Amino acid sequence: MTSRVEALQTFKRDGRIVIVGASLAGLRAAESLRDEGFTGSLTMIGDETAEPYDRPPLSKQVLTGWVPATGTTLPRRRDVDAQWLLGTPATGLDLADNVVRLADGREVPFDRMLISTGVRARPWPVAAEAALTGVFVVRTREDAEGLQQAIAAGPKRVLIIGAGFTGSEIASICRERDIAVTVAELGSGPLVGALGAMIGEIAADMQLANGVDLRCGVKVTQLEGDAQGRFRRAHFSDGSTVDADVAVVALGGIRNTEWLRDSGLAIGPWGVACDSGCRAFDLNGLVTDDIFVAGDVARCPHPIYEYRFISLEHWANAVEQAEIAAHNMVNLQADRWPHLAIPTFWSIQFGVNIKSVGVPTFADEVIVAQGSVSEHRFVAAYGYKGRVTAAVTFNNAKWLDHYRKLIEAAAPFPPAQPTPDQPADAKPMPVDFPGPLLLSQDATVVVTGHDPSERRVTAVRP
Amino acid sequence: MRVVVDLSRCQGYAQCAFLAPDAFRMHGEEALMYDPNPDDSQRDQVLRAAAACPIQAILVEQLEGPAMTVEARRS
Amino acid sequence: MTMTQTPDTLHRILDYANRADPYPLYAELRKTPVARQEDGSYVISTYRELTDILHNPHLSSDIRNLARPMAAADGRATPAFINLDPPEHDRMRRMAMRHFGPPHTPGLVDGMRPDLTAIVSGLIDDLADKTQIDIVDDFAYPFPVTVICHLLGVPREDEPRFHQWVNAIIDAIDYDAKTDPPEKLSNGEQARKDIHAYLGGLLEPRHGKPGDDLLSRLANEDGPDGRMTDEEIISTANLLLIAGHETTVNLITNGMLTLLRHPQHLQRLRNEPDLIVPLVEELLRYEPPVHIIPWRAAYSDIAIADTVIPKGSQIMLMLASGSRDPDRFHDPDRFDPDRRDNQHLGFGSGIHLCFGGPLARLETQIALTELVRRLDKPRLVADPPPYRPSPVLRGPIHLHVEQG
Ligand SMILES: Cc1cc2nc3c(=O)[nH]c(=O)nc-3n(C[C@H](O)[C@H](O)[C@H](O)COP(=O)(O)OP(=O)(O)OC[C@H]3O[C@@H](n4cnc5c(N)ncnc54)[C@H](O)[C@@H]3O)c2cc1C
Ligand code: HEM
Ligand code: SF4
Repeated sequence: MTSRVEALQTFKRDGRIVIVGASLAGLRAAESLRDEGFTGSLTMIGDETAEPYDRPPLSKQVLTGWVPATGTTLPRRRDVDAQWLLGTPATGLDLADNVVRLADGREVPFDRMLISTGVRARPWPVAAEAALTGVFVVRTREDAEGLQQAIAAGPKRVLIIGAGFTGSEIASICRERDIAVTVAELGSGPLVGALGAMIGEIAADMQLANGVDLRCGVKVTQLEGDAQGRFRRAHFSDGSTVDADVAVVALGGIRNTEWLRDSGLAIGPWGVACDSGCRAFDLNGLVTDDIFVAGDVARCPHPIYEYRFISLEHWANAVEQAEIAAHNMVNLQADRWPHLAIPTFWSIQFGVNIKSVGVPTFADEVIVAQGSVSEHRFVAAYGYKGRVTAAVTFNNAKWLDHYRKLIEAAAPFPPAQPTPDQPADAKPMPVDFPGPLLLSQDATVVVTGHDPSERRVTAVRP
Repeated sequence: MRVVVDLSRCQGYAQCAFLAPDAFRMHGEEALMYDPNPDDSQRDQVLRAAAACPIQAILVEQLEGPAMTVEARRS
Repeated sequence: MTMTQTPDTLHRILDYANRADPYPLYAELRKTPVARQEDGSYVISTYRELTDILHNPHLSSDIRNLARPMAAADGRATPAFINLDPPEHDRMRRMAMRHFGPPHTPGLVDGMRPDLTAIVSGLIDDLADKTQIDIVDDFAYPFPVTVICHLLGVPREDEPRFHQWVNAIIDAIDYDAKTDPPEKLSNGEQARKDIHAYLGGLLEPRHGKPGDDLLSRLANEDGPDGRMTDEEIISTANLLLIAGHETTVNLITNGMLTLLRHPQHLQRLRNEPDLIVPLVEELLRYEPPVHIIPWRAAYSDIAIADTVIPKGSQIMLMLASGSRDPDRFHDPDRFDPDRRDNQHLGFGSGIHLCFGGPLARLETQIALTELVRRLDKPRLVADPPPYRPSPVLRGPIHLHVEQG
């Protein structure tokens, strides 16, 4: 036996692994490590006090009042036999000595560690206004519990700031409960930043049809409170105001990387950079051996998207990346897996199941390939320079897998062959994203293989 | 009982909503909303639902005993 | 690479002589995942390719898209949604689903559990003092027929009439002009007309008379998609009657046969009734009632594996072969009720996934649990049992069992 194999076996038997961030990615990684035969010591460090719980229901089932905020604890796939240090944030990482420092002063040594500290909600920028009673963000179960109670109390009007997925979902639930809602969005329509202008228009129609007071292209400039410190009125950049008793700040997330500031790792606003095997990069762009990253906090290159570093706040990505990271933590170089999954996402709003596959922002054109936009049952395919790069479905999820395969195969865009449900007037139009377009040439790789152990990309040679 | 559905794989087949209608509900035609912590009295139905999912997207915790021993917890 | 010809294998599968055990032939077929036949049709037999194509929007269920029309096709009739593509398929399925399942009627199937249990108990009571039973005629056939008749609002006592029609229609599905007598086709056509007239006769008096059965509901309720025409209601009812008839019988019978062949699992099921849930899923993989979807069409060119199937081609989907594919299922020829991640193709996949699956599951779960609990030392009389003619809806025509 070579020494490398022996060293790995010793590590798998008695090594020490620390996971910082005990939520979805952290839990799934821990389970996979045990599945892979790691029997050494496993420590889970988390700054929340609860057992790992699921967040997507927090803006859905929980806000309808059906499911209590405390009722989304994640099922365990297996026993992980870990030491759980909860309610104790990590405050530092020392790569010279391989120790994690905790807020309570303790130091936890490790041989390998996983960073899965995720994202927190971006707060309202003015602290005094953010502190008004009735102003909420939604990231944790405590947030959701507070908002649920405020909604259940029957507010006259709810103001939602930001019409991304979370904001739109909350607006939808308020309307279901027959509560008046104003949605304020700086962009041209809901979901525009993620899915482009065409879907934005459809999403805007859905909101209007459901009685949302939707105001796009305006900025909320001030949240005003009453004498008791309760939120009562919002001021907009166009000079108008809205009276409401609840405000939900849904302006996206901030990656939890501050604790790594002095670690020497490659951190930034988009998270911790890592390779497609989930190994963290240091500031010099050198890949580390013992530090791995997974979930919302990771920023990872994807060959299909020209090796660009992609940051995702997607549930499925957290699970898949955690499994890949765990596998790679306890395997030798030759047996490592790349994280090649094509991103997928879902959202439920206004009774419609919205799903996406691929990276819709990596596109220059979009076409309604199947179904009917007016019925809110359709597939939109996205393309960049003549190849399919993403697809979005509204109540048409059963077709999504087909488009995933088109993306993996760098299939031509627009899809050439007709389908029975192709709209008569289907033609590609510009995607029109608010930000600068990503540059790209032709496809350089396609994904092959189906199991993690055989999935690889192969180069496309013209 | 703890349940999670991988909704990024769920295709809205609604097989679960037939067999455990109190725990799995369709929201509109295709969107699934479910109770991640259904009462133990629904165990039978929830297990039937999980087995019936054509893409096996439903995870039901089958372990017994406490989840963990917590070392430190903020009071 | 995937274009080699395997006409012999397919013919041998369709040959009645191989009905009792087509599985080794499926293994042969899988060597060519997408196989072009001499007549220009394609046979797909591997799991990956089957699931790919079932989710491919260029695959059509509407046989009017075949370049060469099928013999058994009835050009004039309004197709039922099993033979339609989106958006019509989706609309019709939604309208039917309104009265059968979620989101509009979520509790119906689960609420049928007491009734299903009562029907099963009644049928088994009648078997108690018999030493020789035919699982098919005495139990597996009458049970689902009673259920679907009740659901649709079709009088149970008319069963002998439509039983004959259904048999004639199913016989004609795999009609082959070269080998089959022309009556096979004409009998099927006549049966189709008879059943159409019969269902029309049931529908007519239901207009304006709200009721609980499906025919009454379809005749009277207006949902967001509007109301079905009478022709649409008849073709939907016809589909449900046939599908609810000729499939569950095979699952229950195959289930009993498989348990009698694996006594250790029969014993386990007696001791652990919960085992029935994964066991029925394993049956749907291991001995499924629907072996083949024979009539799909390429709406436009379909790229699959390394092949392009040209527009208008007929495509046969060998579901039962896919569920035994060793590249997807570990040790696929072993009956293993503890199998995990069992994404079998027993109910198909994609937008045409079986409409009645939840009902069929519940029926079979209850039926097998009770049979195993109450039959006294059951033993097979003949193994293999005699099979029905159809290679598509495959199952024993009788399953004689001794007890006591
Ligand atoms: C309201 C809401 C709705 C959502 N809906 C969807 C949806 O519909 N579809 C979808 O695909 N995704 C959705 N998501 C996203 C999904 O929940 C995330 O992708 C997923 O939670 C990511 O998991 P993670 O483990 O990487 O990060 P997180 O869940 O963010 O977990 C990170 C954990 O690390 C902890 N932590 C942070 N810093 C430290 C530190 N210094 N020391 C110790 N612990 C620390 C955090 O407290 C947290 O517990 C939603 C998210 C939210 C909030
Ligand atoms: C064990 C029993 C059953 C099995 C194995 C079975 C299998 C199947 C399969 C494989 C399909 C897909 C056909 C295709 O893709 O073309 C299907 C479709 C269908 N089944 Fe079943 N079925 C069963 C019971 C039932 C029952 C009880 C009903 C009625 C209550 C039913 C109604 C239907 C209908 C209406 C369709 C067409 C769905 C569509 O096209 O959207 N089935 N079934
Ligand atoms: S059965 Fe599975 S795919 Fe269907 S709705 Fe339920 S979870 Fe989703």
